[in-house]
Amino acid sequence: MSFLEVKDLYLYYRTRKGMLHAVDDVSFSVGKGEALALIGESGCGKSSLARCLIRLLPRNVEVFNGHIYLNGTDLMRLSDEDFRKMIRWRKISMVPQAALNSLNPVIKVGEQVAEPLLIHGAASREEALEKVRKMFSLVGIPEAFMERYPFELSGGMRQRAMIAMALIMDPEVVILDEPTSALDVLTQANIMNMLKKIKREYGVTFILITHDVSVSSELADKVAVMYGGQIVELSEADDFYKASLHPYSQKLMASIPSLREEKNLEYIPGSPVSLINPPRGCRFADRCPYRMEKCSSDPPLITINKSYVKCWLYAK
Amino acid sequence: MNLSKRAIQFLKTLFQYKSALAGSAILLILIAISIYTVIAIPYEQATYLWQAGKDIWLDNPRNALPSWVNIFLPKKLPETITLDTTRNQAGVTKIIVPIGKEMSKVITEMSFIYNYDDFPSEINLFYESNFTSSPPHLTIYWENPEGVKFKLKDLTVSNKGAYYLSSDEHLMKMLQDYMKEKFGKDPEYDITPEIGLFAKYDETILKKETASPLKGEYRVVIEGVLFEKGSDVDLKLVVYGKVCGMAGTDHLRRDLTIALLWGTPIALSFGITAALSIAIIEMIIAAVSAWLRGRTDFILQRITEISMTIPFLPTLIMIAVFYKLNIWTLLLVIIALSIFGPGVKTYRAAFLQIRSFPYIDAARSYGASNIRIIFFYMIPKILPTIIPSLVLSVPDFVFLEAALAILGLGDPIAPTWGKIIDDAFSAGALFKGYFYWIIEPSFLLILTALGFALLGLSLDKIFNPRLREV
Amino acid sequence: MENSVLLSLRNVKKWYVVRKGIFGKPTYVRAVDGVSFDLVRGEAISLVGESGCGKTTLGRTILGLEEATSGKIIFDGKEIRISDKEVLKWYRRQTGFVQQDPYGALPPFMTVKRILEEPLIIHKIDKYERIERIYRVLTEVKLTPVEDFLNKYPHMLSGGQQQRVVIARAMILNPKLIVADEPVSMLDASVRVEILSLLKELQRRHAISIIYITHDLSTTRYFTEWIYVMYAGKIIERARVERLIKNPLHPYTIALLRAIPDPDANNRFILRDIPPGEPPSLIDPPSGCRFHPRCIHKILGLCDEKEPPEVEYDKEHFVSCWLYVSK
Repeated sequence: MSFLEVKDLYLYYRTRKGMLHAVDDVSFSVGKGEALALIGESGCGKSSLARCLIRLLPRNVEVFNGHIYLNGTDLMRLSDEDFRKMIRWRKISMVPQAALNSLNPVIKVGEQVAEPLLIHGAASREEALEKVRKMFSLVGIPEAFMERYPFELSGGMRQRAMIAMALIMDPEVVILDEPTSALDVLTQANIMNMLKKIKREYGVTFILITHDVSVSSELADKVAVMYGGQIVELSEADDFYKASLHPYSQKLMASIPSLREEKNLEYIPGSPVSLINPPRGCRFADRCPYRMEKCSSDPPLITINKSYVKCWLYAK
Repeated sequence: MNLSKRAIQFLKTLFQYKSALAGSAILLILIAISIYTVIAIPYEQATYLWQAGKDIWLDNPRNALPSWVNIFLPKKLPETITLDTTRNQAGVTKIIVPIGKEMSKVITEMSFIYNYDDFPSEINLFYESNFTSSPPHLTIYWENPEGVKFKLKDLTVSNKGAYYLSSDEHLMKMLQDYMKEKFGKDPEYDITPEIGLFAKYDETILKKETASPLKGEYRVVIEGVLFEKGSDVDLKLVVYGKVCGMAGTDHLRRDLTIALLWGTPIALSFGITAALSIAIIEMIIAAVSAWLRGRTDFILQRITEISMTIPFLPTLIMIAVFYKLNIWTLLLVIIALSIFGPGVKTYRAAFLQIRSFPYIDAARSYGASNIRIIFFYMIPKILPTIIPSLVLSVPDFVFLEAALAILGLGDPIAPTWGKIIDDAFSAGALFKGYFYWIIEPSFLLILTALGFALLGLSLDKIFNPRLREV
Repeated sequence: MENSVLLSLRNVKKWYVVRKGIFGKPTYVRAVDGVSFDLVRGEAISLVGESGCGKTTLGRTILGLEEATSGKIIFDGKEIRISDKEVLKWYRRQTGFVQQDPYGALPPFMTVKRILEEPLIIHKIDKYERIERIYRVLTEVKLTPVEDFLNKYPHMLSGGQQQRVVIARAMILNPKLIVADEPVSMLDASVRVEILSLLKELQRRHAISIIYITHDLSTTRYFTEWIYVMYAGKIIERARVERLIKNPLHPYTIALLRAIPDPDANNRFILRDIPPGEPPSLIDPPSGCRFHPRCIHKILGLCDEKEPPEVEYDKEHFVSCWLYVSK
């Protein structure tokens, strides 16, 4: 079994308009020290999937079951309290989306980054601040900034601080939810450099959630494409960026402008499928250029070498 | 979706809330009352009646309770009985018998059945006569169901006048003596004619608590002599009850329903006009202030701050004391004192936010003028959010008018709920036990406030989604 | 197509007052600090730079939404000044604005028809022509059948459709210049291409000049002919798209291009060479060349003291850097 293995995960929310199928039968595995990129557009369920892994769910959850195996242990069987004490932030941590606004504006940055340690009682105050010092040097924040308030930091600095906070308890898995989407190109490159270094030197397992396919290639060993709450393709990076399998992945790749080469851009007509009361059968069918009769029933997961794809085109 | 479809959709959402249903129902009832009142009793007529000029209300008892209380009471309170020779009534007969060339005798007989468990509040006999120089002369007799007869009075009439039995001291003494003679002892209280003429003549009459009316047919016979040929005398006997009308009467015998009915459209229009005008003007001031910024903003905000520190109610009271205000001038004064109020600050904050919205920028880029942006782009955005506070503020103004009226500073003519309470206080209603006089207008005031509050709260839930329960 | 100049900027500056200061001098944010260029009729240029470089402010100043602190803006031969109300009103008809947030750019309480009618009403276009123009412009942005969209409110449309309405509105007065500020960055990846290709088509068909402001260099190739690179309130390099991408001159441009990934599985093994530090504060910018604190090629005594002039290093390739100024 892989280091992190997710099997048959479901997450449904109850809403006024109906049942929202945020995560609809998702399975994937990630090796230790590997990075998995979870690619998808807005409303495909990728943020919900991240929240499943760290179990930060809102109140209107209707269905939440499946298996999340971390090093052999099924995390889904832990009680909420046990999960909080043993897993969250200790084993699995997260840099949330729009992290720039996740810092408490009235607490100094150094204090905040130390908080997880102090809350879990894992260190004394001096030890915690020392750890923060180490972390800041790792992520590239000058030590002096420990005494500053969040508004005194630039966007890039704040993001680095959030990453430091996610790493402070030396977790095994770090989830990055759109880590660079609000940042400039240069800052983005710097942060990706930093993450690459951390991955190499500390063997952290990353799950990178993004809608930016180009950015995903900066870190990914494996790529999973999400659409309509489901993973429609899971491939090795080497295979994916050259030639993806699922029609949605292909269309997505074809819609990305390239800086270095002349490219005929294509777009996908229509809009992403709604997660509320999704249609039967393949969820991409009504936007797919290869639609067939069969697509009105739910396609199976078909394994091809080290990848799998959820599409009738590949069925024998 | 056009306007009516949007409206229907909105109403559907609104009426999901029971509070909205209740509130709207109350307001619809009040509006219906207002419309009915304005049509059925024109304002001039209402104010004329409410002025309680000379003889308008004379046929009503003073401080009577509403008639429907009799449904709940074990002892039935009397209604007013009116017997009028000018009207064709059963129980009234009048015969004129000429005596000689000039004079005639006129005999009027009035009989009625009295079946109530309590005594009347007052008894009056009104007369009207047309003579030139020699006034007619009347002798009045009273007969109770058991046949006991009294001569009440001899009197010489004038053109128009009345014999107030209830305050006839001579009659009181006569009844007093009669009881003493009959029972050997003095009654323990001063027997008033309403009790004395109607009571059961047994031991019970000696104590006021035990005295009870004798039920049956009563007769009043008035024998008169007319000295001139062609002269006549008309008589009206009013045995005043203790209940009258739908709402009772006040100290001036006025039927309270008129003021209660008319109070409704006045309260509604006053409250709504005040709330609406103030909200709209505040909104415009805030919009101009937020959009133009710079010096205009500075001046308007300082005016607002100064205006907010001036105490509203004392200033209003001062103005009302120095100047006699009618209700519509009062409305203008209230509006003038309120427009630079806290709403300006709140709306300005909202407008400052809206100001930086992309669509405002876009409007500037295609050449929209300042006025256009303020009225067509900013105000429509904020309008939904001010509706709940607008609705919730209406009762404040309704109560304000009532409060001023109670302080005696309101419009002296307009028949409003506050005026009723003011009259009641001045007449010592609570002290005398006339609770209905205070409760009725208070109830309507509270009902109005309740209606707007319920509606306003549910509107608030719709327009401020944060308050919505998921 | 005439090759005449449509828009001319001469040393345009836009400074914002931060603190008035009772004693001593006030402090300014120098958002745009001396920008000059000529825009040819029918030409589309990209204005790229990172956040805080002043590109949005420059766009707004060109549109007349902000008043230039100094410098000249000349459009079609006329000087545009905010104080000159008549010229400004004429100028508004000549320009269109496409914004970043499609939902925010549309008044939520107006229908599509009303939104498109507003510019026409303001400029007193008569009623019959109005409805014609609305139909025409909605067809051009491919929101058809037109009747289906006229009575819809913005919240009933998807992000892509909303942005089309924004573009339609920008086009409806038949402008000669459109400033598009990050028009696709809030849209989903698959929708971006739709909108960009729409802009491309409209530009070709009507020969409109477009200033396309973006931080995403990869999209510039798609429909613009020139790239203008902005840094700390100044334009530090400008060239034809292919030239700039193949041969970037300014160290900042070089770093920028290096920092942008194309989807490639090998990216995860390489560390990009990025200049350290952050973009400078616009309140107290560095002396001389603004980029010098982060530049590995800096010439001490020159780059940190004097601002470099703009030179035409190559045909249709301009750069402001001492490295390319020959003595």
